[in-house]
Amino acid sequence: MVRHAMFFRIVVSSLIRRRSRMLVALLAVVIGATVFLGMGAVYYDIPRQMGREFRSYGANLIFVSSGSNSILNLDDAKQAIEMLPADKLVGASPFRYETIYYNMQGLTVAGTDFSAVKKTSPYWQIQGEWPQKDDEILIGTDIAEHTRQYAGSFITVEILPTKGSKFAKELKISGVVRTGGAEDGFVFMSMAGLEALMGTSGTANVVEISIAAAGEEISRLAETIQAEVPGIIPRLVKRIADSETTVLSKLQVLVCLVTGVVLFLTMICVGTTMMTVVMERSREIGLKKAIGAGNRAIIAEFMGEGITLALGGWLLGTGSGYFFAQVVSMSVFSRGVALPFFLVLLTLGASLAVTVSASLIPVAMATDVEPAAVLRGE
Amino acid sequence: MNILELNGVSMTYGSVKALQHISLTVRPGEWVSIMGASGSGKTTMMNIVGCMNKATHGSVILDGENISRLNARDLTTIRRDKIGLIFQQFHLISYLTAVENVMIAQYYHSMVDEKEATQALERVGLTSRAKHLPCQLSGGEQQRLCIARALINYPKLILADEPTGNLDETNQNTVMDIFHQLHKEGSTIIVVTHSPEVAAHGQRVVSLEFGRLVGDASTQQIRA
Repeated sequence: MVRHAMFFRIVVSSLIRRRSRMLVALLAVVIGATVFLGMGAVYYDIPRQMGREFRSYGANLIFVSSGSNSILNLDDAKQAIEMLPADKLVGASPFRYETIYYNMQGLTVAGTDFSAVKKTSPYWQIQGEWPQKDDEILIGTDIAEHTRQYAGSFITVEILPTKGSKFAKELKISGVVRTGGAEDGFVFMSMAGLEALMGTSGTANVVEISIAAAGEEISRLAETIQAEVPGIIPRLVKRIADSETTVLSKLQVLVCLVTGVVLFLTMICVGTTMMTVVMERSREIGLKKAIGAGNRAIIAEFMGEGITLALGGWLLGTGSGYFFAQVVSMSVFSRGVALPFFLVLLTLGASLAVTVSASLIPVAMATDVEPAAVLRGE
Repeated sequence: MNILELNGVSMTYGSVKALQHISLTVRPGEWVSIMGASGSGKTTMMNIVGCMNKATHGSVILDGENISRLNARDLTTIRRDKIGLIFQQFHLISYLTAVENVMIAQYYHSMVDEKEATQALERVGLTSRAKHLPCQLSGGEQQRLCIARALINYPKLILADEPTGNLDETNQNTVMDIFHQLHKEGSTIIVVTHSPEVAAHGQRVVSLEFGRLVGDASTQQIRA
């Protein structure tokens, strides 16, 4: 039998035949590996998961015109939208603002794409229906209260498309929108309907973009678009983009802290178990030294036991960590989580690092055992 | 050349003088019994000769090498290469089988050879117990296993501390028979004991009292 086969036999026999004690240490490593892998998978997936959640707060990027007249060309906007990653783009809503008159009072009307608005601004609360036709409108809740017109009513508005021309148009209020923001004072209709009223098409004042990206990524996208599409200035919606970045980084710090604390506790548990094992086995260590084991052999055996524990804990912890990550992700984000392979390797490294560092003091204690002192006759 | 020479060896623990000016020689192939009551210093002497302790004064020459001032690492090497230790409490490794308990001494020494370890068990009549754990062996079997482990690396000196202290008469006789066989084959044996019956098996009895050497005579002289 070769020497390393005997070494393996010593280590495995020691672990198996002292399993009650070693199970405690193994369990600690399993828990550590589970939390490390589980939290690591969640940490890695948080930007994607939280990005989706943040999209319910509205657009995080807007396109405005680079010219002085604040009118942007929709073809330029389309070109810019195509530069955004399709898998991260949630929606893009153009808004064109004009003025119409009701009872001699000017109202701001915004032409838009309602199907896109539902994606970029899912927080809009509608009493009634979304407009289905070009002569149907949504009115803001402030206007509804002021004019005492509600969903289902018809109103006649006056339009001044060019200087000197004027005509009236009857529009149906399909619903009343409430956002708690500026939208409560606007009238909304389809872009096609507004273009038909005004007699011009292909322009907008702003395009609101909702994209599942935050921090540096979204800033980089904005810079690229600004460089590539001269007619457009992309602007980050600071309150959304910054909050997203802040929340993400705080969540990631929290995940790191929890993982760090669990790994530290794992190290303490493994360390104290190994220390107990060394104390319990001081006679055995003394005997091994008496029959010729050098400190190197003693260190190798205890480290061998530690590394075997780490490998066992890593194997079990990888399975349970993946399960843990799925449970966390499903209960918090209602979506599954991906498990990158590098994380499995990183968990192996962490298991080994924690177990080996936890074994350093106990192993040093083992090398200090004096055979004459522990093998004394009774 | 003597296998062992102690020249004016003393050992003190604080103010306690465990050994005082002990001088002793042991020739190759000799069987020496070291006798004394509890506290006489025999275990201290065994620890010094067995390279597990260093004398505070005097010199110890083992197989021509002065081991008195060697460091812990060199003492481990001497212990591994030249000494076979047999203990009163057997000190077997509980999670290894009988044959593995013998092989572990080979492992620390040089190469591991299961066949040779099995032959060592055969020599002490434990072939059928090779795969048993120490807890499955009787006291006598455990001591025989301890002897097999001590012999596996062909030591220059076999050092036994109260080898029959935990055994009944039958097992005591079995163990002493093995020692006689080893002695016949030329092994040098030092047995530390408080029992005159066990000491009488040796060729020479060295007596200790309060850390001093008070007697050194052949068994024949003592009988006479």
